[in-house]
Amino acid sequence: MSLSDATSPAIDKRLTAPQWALVARRAEAVFIPLGALLAGFAVFSLFLLLQGKSPSDFFALVYRAGFGTAFSWQNTLSRTAPLLLAALCVALPARLGLVIIGGEGAIVLGGVGAGFAGVVLSGMTSIIALPLMLLTAMAIGALWIGAVGALRHFRGVNETIASLLMAYIAIALMNHLVEGPLRDPASLNKPSTAPLDDALRVGNIPGWDVHWGLAFGVICCVLAWVLIDKTTWGFAARIAGGNVRAAQVQGLPVGKLILGFTALGGAFAGLAGFFEVAAVHGSANASLAGGYGYTGILIAFLARHNPLAIIPVAILLAGFEASSGLVQRRMDLPDATVLVLQGFVFMAILISETLYGRFKIFAPERWSAT
Amino acid sequence: MDDLGLWIIPLAILGGAIRVSTPFLFVSLGEALTERSGRINLGLEGTLGFGAMSGYALAYLTGSPWLGVLAAAICGAMFGLLHGVICSLPKVNDIAVGIAMMILGMGLAFYFGKPFVQPVAPDLPSIPFGWWSDIPQVRAALEVNVLFLIGAVLAVALWWMFRATRIGLIIRVVGDSTDAARAMGLRPNVIRACATAVGGAFAGVGGAYLSLYYPGSWNEGISSGQGLMAVALVIFARWNPLACFGAALLFGGAGALGPTLQSVGISEGYYLFFAAPYVLTLGVLIATSSPTRAMTGAPGELSITK
Repeated sequence: MSLSDATSPAIDKRLTAPQWALVARRAEAVFIPLGALLAGFAVFSLFLLLQGKSPSDFFALVYRAGFGTAFSWQNTLSRTAPLLLAALCVALPARLGLVIIGGEGAIVLGGVGAGFAGVVLSGMTSIIALPLMLLTAMAIGALWIGAVGALRHFRGVNETIASLLMAYIAIALMNHLVEGPLRDPASLNKPSTAPLDDALRVGNIPGWDVHWGLAFGVICCVLAWVLIDKTTWGFAARIAGGNVRAAQVQGLPVGKLILGFTALGGAFAGLAGFFEVAAVHGSANASLAGGYGYTGILIAFLARHNPLAIIPVAILLAGFEASSGLVQRRMDLPDATVLVLQGFVFMAILISETLYGRFKIFAPERWSAT
Repeated sequence: MDDLGLWIIPLAILGGAIRVSTPFLFVSLGEALTERSGRINLGLEGTLGFGAMSGYALAYLTGSPWLGVLAAAICGAMFGLLHGVICSLPKVNDIAVGIAMMILGMGLAFYFGKPFVQPVAPDLPSIPFGWWSDIPQVRAALEVNVLFLIGAVLAVALWWMFRATRIGLIIRVVGDSTDAARAMGLRPNVIRACATAVGGAFAGVGGAYLSLYYPGSWNEGISSGQGLMAVALVIFARWNPLACFGAALLFGGAGALGPTLQSVGISEGYYLFFAAPYVLTLGVLIATSSPTRAMTGAPGELSITK
């Protein structure tokens, strides 16, 4: 494709050089979501102004509590770990064209599985026990979301509704197990499974006050990106996500892709559950249903389902959540404020989908047409 | 005849079915209308929550539960309109917009609803169909609220509308084929947005019922997936308003199972019984979906059945 169009003297030849074309095309995927994020903030600021609250106070407090000091960074980064994995649970199937929003269920049941395994394996050395607990959590998560994928492939059941229903069922199951068969008799105020041995707790990354879940989360994001962008399965998945018929005609194993990707997404979510139990709480209880799964949905859409982009987006949203306590107290806002902000940003991102391909500046192939 | 023995269980389930099914009924009728026009609105969960909050708030502030219901309907219509307008933009994914509206609706409901958790608002009236009995359980079970009756009438009205009126035909054409609708000179996006708005209004009323009758108070846990189950319910009912009525009763019965068994004294597996409606919904969804055949009666333009 040649951009050197000698019949249009108005075009500055320097601007039509191939490297600008590359930048322009890539820029669209960054500028439009960024613009949508800012638009979401703007609408939220208007929302605050209409109630007499100051948006600049809000964002200043968010900065201070989320990103201003080393302490707030540690707070933010601790919350990032489950968000990264929960977002992967949405983003991976989304590349395949499936909208799965039930990651919360996989997190919860993965956590229960890890807690239970920890109790069964108590007394064993951590070198054997911890990986087993981790694998248990990932396996349960993979089964849970993989089931959604199976329902979609074999029975044509809409995966969005099915995954959310499975999430509700998982939370009910978790409550039942934690208060019933798996309950630790010593936990009176807050029903939980028996606390894990010290040897079976996951510690912090050396030098930081953040647990290993963050490192695992980042590694999983990178691996997911490599899978989608650099492997043949990822390529097949993207084709199937774009047009299932074309993929089937080409002979791509759509069923295996659906099962594989949903199971992998579920495994990541289960991993988040493992870290919540082994690194944060020490036992499985109702705190597992902390809403990470739902925030993960927004992160995945904001990152346009790109696993590498999930990392900065998750940090940003974790910062907002880390600051919500301070913001509520200082500005006398209800704790649903962060939810409202997330809602506005999510809407802005989805509306911005309509803007792709509309701006000439991002489409080098149309630059020569005046 | 004061001791009913085990008869108390089916009786309580019947009464519970009527009580618990009303929000399902309204939301599913609204969603049936929306989906018949070719759009799927998953955001009804948020609309339900906001309707519950706004209905309760207005009822408390004005002293009249019916004004609360009206306010809930108006708020629901606005949410529906927002969904409809955004989805009419090209390339926007209506399932994702529904999820976003769910989050936004719940967030706004909790945000504005904080001051209304404690105050008590007047309840909606009910008609005691069990006046002939001396047994309090029978009377309680046959206490039918007015909104249920209104919903039943609405179901029949919608069924007749789709079957025999011009506007029903217009909605069906828009839902089955955008091209045919355009060829007829209709504007599909406008009609869909209007249908989504009315659907949202119904969902708002369903939400108002939750906070103004049963359970009868506003708190953050008032809605737990009813909006979503109603979407599955509509598919189960094959987009037929009369079948929606029957299916709503079925789901209401499943939802009443937990409290009923608890009131009889069975508290083992408490959480599992509360999961019954979700399991039923999932089962229904599995049974009525098929990977190869299009569902009979599915509107042609509905994105999840294409």
